[in-house]
Amino acid sequence: MSGSDPTQIFLEEARDLLEQLEHTLLDLEHTPTETDLIDTAFRALHTIKGSGAMFGFDAVAAFTHHVENAFDLVRKGKLTATPQLIAVALAAKDQLRLLIDHPASASASDSEAILADLRRLMEAAAGSVPGPEAGTGGVSAGGSASGRNSGWHVRFRLPEDAMATGTNPLLLLDELRSLGDATITALTHDVPSLEAIDPGVCYLRWDVRLQTGQPRSAIEDVFLFVIDDMELEIEPMADGENAPAQAAAAPDPGPLPAAVDEHPERVSGGAEQAALKYLRSDPRGNKNVDSIRVPAQRLDELMDRVGELVIAQSRLKQIAAASADVAVKSVAEEIERLSLELRDTTMGVRMLPIGQLFSRFRRLIHDLAQELGKQIALVTVGEETELDKTVIERLNDPLIHLIRNALDHGLEDPAGRAAAGKPPQGRITLSAKHVGAEVLVSITDDGRGLDRARIRARAEENGLVAQGAKLTDNELFQVIFQPGFSTAQAVTNLSGRGVGMDVVKRTIDGLRGTIDIASTPGRGSTMTLRLPLTLAIIDGLLVRVGRGRYVIPLSAVEECVELSTEEDARSRGRSFLNIRGDLVPFLRLRELFNASMPADRYQKVVIVSAGELRVGLVVDQVIGDHQTVIKSLSKLHADVEIFSGATILGDGTIALILDTVHLVAHGQQHEERLKAAS
Amino acid sequence: MKKKILTVDDSPSVRQMVKLTLSSAGYDILEAGNGMEGLNSAKGTTVDMVVTDLNMPLMNGLGLIRELRKLPAYRGVPILFLTTESDAEMKKEAKAAGATGWITKPFQQDQLVAIVKKVLG
Repeated sequence: MSGSDPTQIFLEEARDLLEQLEHTLLDLEHTPTETDLIDTAFRALHTIKGSGAMFGFDAVAAFTHHVENAFDLVRKGKLTATPQLIAVALAAKDQLRLLIDHPASASASDSEAILADLRRLMEAAAGSVPGPEAGTGGVSAGGSASGRNSGWHVRFRLPEDAMATGTNPLLLLDELRSLGDATITALTHDVPSLEAIDPGVCYLRWDVRLQTGQPRSAIEDVFLFVIDDMELEIEPMADGENAPAQAAAAPDPGPLPAAVDEHPERVSGGAEQAALKYLRSDPRGNKNVDSIRVPAQRLDELMDRVGELVIAQSRLKQIAAASADVAVKSVAEEIERLSLELRDTTMGVRMLPIGQLFSRFRRLIHDLAQELGKQIALVTVGEETELDKTVIERLNDPLIHLIRNALDHGLEDPAGRAAAGKPPQGRITLSAKHVGAEVLVSITDDGRGLDRARIRARAEENGLVAQGAKLTDNELFQVIFQPGFSTAQAVTNLSGRGVGMDVVKRTIDGLRGTIDIASTPGRGSTMTLRLPLTLAIIDGLLVRVGRGRYVIPLSAVEECVELSTEEDARSRGRSFLNIRGDLVPFLRLRELFNASMPADRYQKVVIVSAGELRVGLVVDQVIGDHQTVIKSLSKLHADVEIFSGATILGDGTIALILDTVHLVAHGQQHEERLKAAS
Repeated sequence: MKKKILTVDDSPSVRQMVKLTLSSAGYDILEAGNGMEGLNSAKGTTVDMVVTDLNMPLMNGLGLIRELRKLPAYRGVPILFLTTESDAEMKKEAKAAGATGWITKPFQQDQLVAIVKKVLG
């Protein structure tokens, strides 16, 4: 039941608030006087402090308290959100994150250093701002004046509006009674004549003789919420007519005369915060009016179940197709419709806007820009584009790497930019958009562009490219994703260690995605990641090759054309098909898969695309569209690149899913080989 | 009949805490995520008490208290506010807006119950 454990909720909430704080701070750096941003930052800190203390994160609360103080001053116009303050606040945010996630590894001296910086800024701004005081509230000292007297004579009149603002005088009298033996007299001389009475106003005075061993503060606590606005006299009763065991009740009996001292400035009550132990309440049901936090694992399980349902549904569909029973057919159709809707809804639940990911990089870019001494503006486009949660999570590392590369290698320093006639501030654009069943995520810089000659030289030196081989730009650029390739002349903190780009490529491959690179010398580069919308269920085109059945992702399919035996014979040796004037290479899957069964008289060609390239796949039969629940292949088959997975068909047999990207690449190589042979 | 308490806080964890604590003390709890929501819930039904945070988006606690006090049905209904402010200023303002009392964060479960009982009976 981790979903409803308040401590867990707090942790998630605090992480969200810290992210929000970071964005706000970064925005505030540009518009330091924007009151909305200042309020948002303050509120985030305020909530973290309050909830932190409540859920036992004392260090978090104490640390946040000081940062909150600083932003309180900003809010009140006594401190300016200078870049220095923002920098310290960002450091504080990081420290808070550490305190929340890994309290054991958060060092107190780091916290202290950050707070010292903060203090310096606050002092510099105000001359002398009150230094960080310990914690909030604290235990009230007001209760020290306990008397050895036998009781108290209490006379009071409540504020006129007490009843209107929700104070119930009867409850106050009950509370006084609970302290001891009370004799209560109501004094009515202020009550006006009936016609002048406002029923919402409290006209009565009370005179209470209270025999008790309780200290004076206990009585003041009764009036805690009205004490500032009321008339209240508390006097020790002159002579103890009847004094019960008071010494035991008062652990620290103060000197007698102190009992008559007044404490008019007292605000907070002793009972309210006598002990500052924090609570961990037992987990129960959780209800949230706006949204529900669900452990991600449950979504994964839900998706699995829906996958199984879709497979079962396709079996039903097959049975219904063979059945003559109209009722069965109609139920099967109904269930098909419902399961498709359920699939879409479930996938929708898993979708998150990519802006969430983009916004994480703002901080990265801010920090890197400072480290590298470059001026960088980040532009984000299409943040609302939604992607499967898993895809977004797995994109984090590759994108960080690509952004680092763009900043480190792509963008010039201000001097270099000036020399190239560009504005001193470089620009990184992160964009995302939907194209069909894919999402394109691109990172664009307006830097110097990729250095073809150097990449080529390096690739030849490492034996990644044959001497003198003719390569298109994209082919040459793909070399940088090969393991061990790096052109950075100096190893920096950021990139250039020759590790990473191949990992980026592997990760994107793992997501069934591709990376395209476009670059113009002197103008910059764009890395475009093409990613499938989801990893779990796709629309596929089911085809037959020989006896086997295969699924081609429908998003990659452009069209299907027929290939008659005559045409096939004619084209033999050429493997090109004329599609409305374009020559498209094709692959005979029968040959690729060594199909033994004789070919159909009319074979079909499924034209698939991957990026700019197209290739035809010759199959025996196009069976139709198929809801494909993707099951990954075993480790044993991980090296078989032309299959990206497998799926279970309605009759329980297995169909392999073709990896079109690799097939297209394979087709291109095939074509090269044919060319070379002829 | 169980007394109904509306808790208004933008922090789900605090709301959850208040809810767990007060519902196990025998109260019915309604929740709202900010002052605006709180005001709408309060208008839609009558509650016996409101426990609200002060710092919230859309409509803060002070705004909520002022708006509630304008409603005849909420004249005399106890309103407690949660505060971590150690300065008396905030309390004065909230009191002037018509609040009945406050609860200083952090608080223990039994403290919350004690204060609610004190004001609500």
